[in-house]
Amino acid sequence: MKLFNAIMIGLKDIWAHKYRSLLTMLGIVLGVASLVAMAAIVKGMENGMKESLVAMGGVDKVRIEDEDVPLHQQHLEDQAPGKTMADVLALQQNATLVRLISPEMGLRNDVVRRGGKTAYPSETVGVTRAVLEMNLYEVQHGRFFSDYDQEHASSVCVIGTGIRDELFGAPEEVGEEIIPIGEIIHLNGQPFTIVGMFKHYESEMTRKLRELAQQNKDKQEPGIQRRTGWRSQRWDAFWRKNNVVYIPIRTMWVKFRSGAGREVEMDDGSIVAMPDPRLDDIDIKVRDFDKIQEAIAQVKNILMITHNGIEDFEIDTQEDRIEDINKNIRNARMSGGIIAALSLLVGGIGIMNIMLASINERIREIGTCKALGATGTDIFAQILVESVTLALLGALAGILAAFGLVQIIEAASPTQNSPVITTTPMIIAVAFSCGVGILAGFFPAIKAARFDPIQALRYE
Amino acid sequence: MPLVELRDIHKVYHLGGEEIRALDGVSLDINEGDFCSIIGPSGSGKSTLMHILGCLDSPTSGTLKLDGMEIQNATPRQLATIRNQKIGFVFQFFNLLPKLNVLQNVELPMVYSGLGGRERRERAMEALRHVELENRSKHRPSQLSGGQQQRVAIARALVNNPRIIFADEPTGNLDSHTGELILDMFRGFHREGRTIILVTHDPEIAALTSHKIEIRDGKIAANLDRTLAGLDRPIPAAV
Repeated sequence: MKLFNAIMIGLKDIWAHKYRSLLTMLGIVLGVASLVAMAAIVKGMENGMKESLVAMGGVDKVRIEDEDVPLHQQHLEDQAPGKTMADVLALQQNATLVRLISPEMGLRNDVVRRGGKTAYPSETVGVTRAVLEMNLYEVQHGRFFSDYDQEHASSVCVIGTGIRDELFGAPEEVGEEIIPIGEIIHLNGQPFTIVGMFKHYESEMTRKLRELAQQNKDKQEPGIQRRTGWRSQRWDAFWRKNNVVYIPIRTMWVKFRSGAGREVEMDDGSIVAMPDPRLDDIDIKVRDFDKIQEAIAQVKNILMITHNGIEDFEIDTQEDRIEDINKNIRNARMSGGIIAALSLLVGGIGIMNIMLASINERIREIGTCKALGATGTDIFAQILVESVTLALLGALAGILAAFGLVQIIEAASPTQNSPVITTTPMIIAVAFSCGVGILAGFFPAIKAARFDPIQALRYE
Repeated sequence: MPLVELRDIHKVYHLGGEEIRALDGVSLDINEGDFCSIIGPSGSGKSTLMHILGCLDSPTSGTLKLDGMEIQNATPRQLATIRNQKIGFVFQFFNLLPKLNVLQNVELPMVYSGLGGRERRERAMEALRHVELENRSKHRPSQLSGGQQQRVAIARALVNNPRIIFADEPTGNLDSHTGELILDMFRGFHREGRTIILVTHDPEIAALTSHKIEIRDGKIAANLDRTLAGLDRPIPAAV
């Protein structure tokens, strides 16, 4: 009951000095707004980074990559077998901590042609069905390769929408979505039938760009549209994902690798083509993400056997990338948080200043309250409540301001990953403001509580 | 048994190494139902006596009994409770809180005694009715005249139903006509049987009271209790 009254009196006092209170609160408002908005922007950044991480196959993907043999094994270098299907078989039979293995046999200097049009895929790979789950692909049109295609090394392929855009025309350009199932394209001169096409993948950013472009279509100036250079797009994880050509791994072997997979220079200088059974990639997914280290050790042990003890491979996890992302996020949070905390502290000092001024001009009122039976504790609580109320009002205004700020940021840069306001920084901001209010009010409250009632009553 | 009983009260201040005897052996009794005035020139120790009687201050030595309780050694918190429960204050400058409306000002002592909202409002309205200001309950003090403000202060002093009403120059800041009305009000409370202590420097006002205490140089110079002297008579309604 007393607390409620104290809050009501505090609110009245704040209202009685509207402009002064507003200016006092401004520090807290800005501090809270910057804290919440900053957290929202960082969250947006984090979402963007995680998005491309997922586009690359998710966090639980582990890659087995080629690596130079270590120094002490250098004399065995020409014995190094490289990654082969033997490794895949060995892993499938023995690696109990691995749930998915996807071998990939790539095609070098890959070009796809159809009619007069040419496309350069991000990668052309022979794969098994495991690649769908490994790289998180979904066949939207047509089908994936069947076991029959694998067994017979059929000349079939599944393409990403980017290849379709290059060879048949993008929906944005031709005005309708072309589904080229059944069409024949030439992969390095060999005819292949398209049996399936993947879903279109895009980041939140490109989706926004595309939507923006669609909205502005009417306003677009006539003339030749300039396409952005593919070189810059090559770095985009989503571009790479949309520009793949997948063929059955056995087809890759039969058509491109078994005759002339690699060229070897002979002693007399002539170049001889040899079959190349090596895989470019073996990607695996572990059964239990918490046991990723054990799984890696197991994979390494198995591979050391199949590789005759020659360590010509390296196991690479996405952990480094996650670690990078987390580090960036932590740094952004830390710097933003420190700035916001300083701002809140400055706001707190402002509140303390105002509370000191306020009790000095209310000495007589405080004396009257004491004569009417207010104890020191009553006065202390009154001043403290006013200070905390001021800080909390500032915090609430700051949260509202943060929403506004985020709207402005979004309007100013519509193509960036949009900031996401989360509750945690709000709770932190409010708690911190409350603490600042208590700290700022503490000293003035003690001062007011210790006023001698006689002195206070006599004060002019 | 007297309501207030002072025995050999001393109050000594130290000001820059100098000893100031503000009260020097004051003993007096104030009975229940007294209309008592304390009069004296400034620097006489009148204010100090008033503060000790009003439980705003503690004496250096001597005993002070109020309503049967010895309180010369009370802690500040106990004194606050006594002020809240047993004493109602009326000040020269009204001392209303400017940000609260009339009703809230009157409710304030009950806030400190921890009463519930509904009871507070009822009792405050009752007190305002007593001073004929119930239709101004939502006004701010600044919207009232001086006499009305003092009546609000009187309602605030009455609201906790104290044993003593303590008035420090209650007419000092009012014109003479309004002052008369306020004094009439105190006379009315006296007739109702309340105990009133009035601090003033005006002998005319002091002459209206039944018990006159004159203080000079920290000592009681005159203590005239007409009730004891058998001189009690109806106090004239107006001077």
